[in-house]
Amino acid sequence: MTTAAATAGERTAKARPATMAQALGRALRDSMAEDPSVHVLGEDVGTLGGVFRITDGLAKEFGEDRCTDTPLAEAGILGAAVGMAMYGLRPVVEMQFDAFAYPAFEQLISHVAKMRNRTGGAMPLPITVRVPYGGGIGGVEHHSDSSEAYYMATPGLHVVTPATVDDAYGLLRASIASDDPVVFLEPKRLYWSKADWSPQAPAAVEPIGRAVVRRSGRSATLITYGPSLPVCMEAAQAAVEEGWDLEVVDLRSLVPFDDETVAASVRRTGRAVVVHESSGFGGPGGEIAARITERCFHHLEAPVLRVAGFDIPYPPPMQERHHLPGVDRVLDAVARLQWEADH
Amino acid sequence: MTVQELPGAAAYRPTPPPAWKPLTDPAPLLPDPEPYRVLGTDAAAAADPELLLRLYAELVRGRRYNTQATALTKQGRLAVYPSSTGQEACEIAAALVLEERDWLFPSYRDTLAAVARGLDPVEALTLLRGDRHTGYDPREHRIAPLCTPLATQLPHAVGLAHAARLKGDDVVALAMVGDGGTSEGDFHEALNFAAVWKAPVVFLVQNNGFAISVPLAKQTAAPSLAHKAVGYGMPGRLVDGNDAAAVHQVLSEAVERARSGGGPTLVEAITYRMDAHTNADDATRYRGDSEVEAWRAHDPVQLMERELTGRGLLGDDAIEEAREAAERMAAGLRERMNADPVLDPMDLFAHVYAEQTTQLREQAARLRVELDAENEQHGTDDGGAGR
Ligand SMILES: Cc1ncc(C[n+]2csc(CCOP(=O)(O)OP(=O)(O)O)c2C)c(N)n1
Repeated sequence: MTTAAATAGERTAKARPATMAQALGRALRDSMAEDPSVHVLGEDVGTLGGVFRITDGLAKEFGEDRCTDTPLAEAGILGAAVGMAMYGLRPVVEMQFDAFAYPAFEQLISHVAKMRNRTGGAMPLPITVRVPYGGGIGGVEHHSDSSEAYYMATPGLHVVTPATVDDAYGLLRASIASDDPVVFLEPKRLYWSKADWSPQAPAAVEPIGRAVVRRSGRSATLITYGPSLPVCMEAAQAAVEEGWDLEVVDLRSLVPFDDETVAASVRRTGRAVVVHESSGFGGPGGEIAARITERCFHHLEAPVLRVAGFDIPYPPPMQERHHLPGVDRVLDAVARLQWEADH
Repeated sequence: MTVQELPGAAAYRPTPPPAWKPLTDPAPLLPDPEPYRVLGTDAAAAADPELLLRLYAELVRGRRYNTQATALTKQGRLAVYPSSTGQEACEIAAALVLEERDWLFPSYRDTLAAVARGLDPVEALTLLRGDRHTGYDPREHRIAPLCTPLATQLPHAVGLAHAARLKGDDVVALAMVGDGGTSEGDFHEALNFAAVWKAPVVFLVQNNGFAISVPLAKQTAAPSLAHKAVGYGMPGRLVDGNDAAAVHQVLSEAVERARSGGGPTLVEAITYRMDAHTNADDATRYRGDSEVEAWRAHDPVQLMERELTGRGLLGDDAIEEAREAAERMAAGLRERMNADPVLDPMDLFAHVYAEQTTQLREQAARLRVELDAENEQHGTDDGGAGR
């Protein structure tokens, strides 16, 4: 499924990126311009500019040695990136789609995540692995997986996922600048969305590892990230009519995990729902719910609930809307938090 | 085959496909049918005697290193040792063909190559002793960590060599892999990348006959592992892996080719693992004595010794001298390996990320408490260090 690509979008140097796709492209461009050791490699990233056009124009501007079309081999791409990083480059690898990153897992888990540790700190690997992930774009099989739990379960990796245009820019810049490997998950259904819940600050480099409160409220906290942020914002808006004042926390970084922001919010509200579209069983929500329970047990007025995708392989596109947690499912969960009269 | 033309067929004759021609001429990429040999042939006379003597001394030391490391497993000083006894010619040649600026990418069996390249033998053994994953700084020695997941170090070698070339450095990477490792997907991806990128890499396959217990015939149906090269568009070379002079020469040519921009080479060295897979393996379950004996007659150390003595380049004194040097190395290794390594458990958390996460800080504090309690109980106060 490579047809869903964005049109290149005008690349005026100074204009603020309008879409997440543009912001990501800008982040790559700015990083490459500032630091000659930044190299982009992957399938179709050169002439084509990537199937999502995120790398559009980079090969032209920086040459094919800096933005390289590789053979079609994910382990080879990431494995070569390891060697490049060993020699002092900062490779940014594009995995074409979530489910096509799996051939590279051996490299990711055995080498990318562990090299710093294996070498007693002597050999850090500053590699950014960009993975378009998640559903909602009508992709056929193998184009809509949410693989964040696999990455989260691997010590040594940072796992980052933006939900806004500004964060797409800021977090990608920070990821490329990081001396640690970062799995940068791009919610592909937000690539072209212009909706933005970030403050109207100019695009800035955002340090990795800080969650942000996107909407403050008193009744309960929705904890979410990436593609589910818009769902939660919408749910919070809809809940107002029913007298619920929901806080929405956007994690932005799954590893490291910002326990402080999350716990502070849940202590304020006393109730929490974790929302994500990846499957619930063994998914990120379980870890997050456990952390909240451990830290906020005495503040909780209800069990921490999870709203997640079903525990099924990602469904065919004509069925995906049943799988993806939408506003109603979030509101149902909120209702199950047993609202007291004073809310 | 002649095709009988049906009446009127000409009217339906399809247009032929657009002209096709191969990207490269496959003929020069094919290996010679016989493994290349130097020792015992005319080529030996042309070889530099000093190089042969150097190779000999290193072979003797290498053999002694292998027997010493194996002995250390019996004393419980090494958790495991995958011996390269019988394969020393490959290990030594791989180390000696490289310039200082070049990089070696060893597999888990290639401790000896790392030591022959100059790495401190104790630092080279930390992985197998179990105190550290990698006891040395790979950048300082230009030796990648000994790699346990098979063939996964090969794409690293390609990436590093590629990066070096992009930076304008004439650095070559030599990557070692076993015959079993050539079946892994990473082997394929690495060779393909290297050939497409014309990366300055040399792949050295030590075909020692077995992957643990599985013989080559169950690993591949290719004519030889060197033949695989042609499918990637790089030359494949077959060499007698017990003939240190031959391995050195073939690898030198491959390194030279890589350095001068000629791209990668796949070298298959035919050798034999004399010991079991590791000290923990029972080789009698999968191979017979007669096979092992046949290879004993083709011992790499003996081959070189016979060549040099036969040509009057090596006398009894020199042989004795080489053995004594090897003994000194072994004694030093024994002594140093008998000392318990000093470990700081806090190091467990030190090198996961550049900056410790809150979560790791909390876990480190937890361990600190446990260690303090332990120390109090045992009345020690060594700050948690010690075995
Ligand atoms: C990816 C992977 N699979 C399995 C193993 C377990 N294993 C360790 S050594 C070995 C055999 C390797 O044989 P070969 O590549 O011929 O190298 P040799 O042991 O002969 O040096 C196996 C299967 C491993 N280390 N890595």
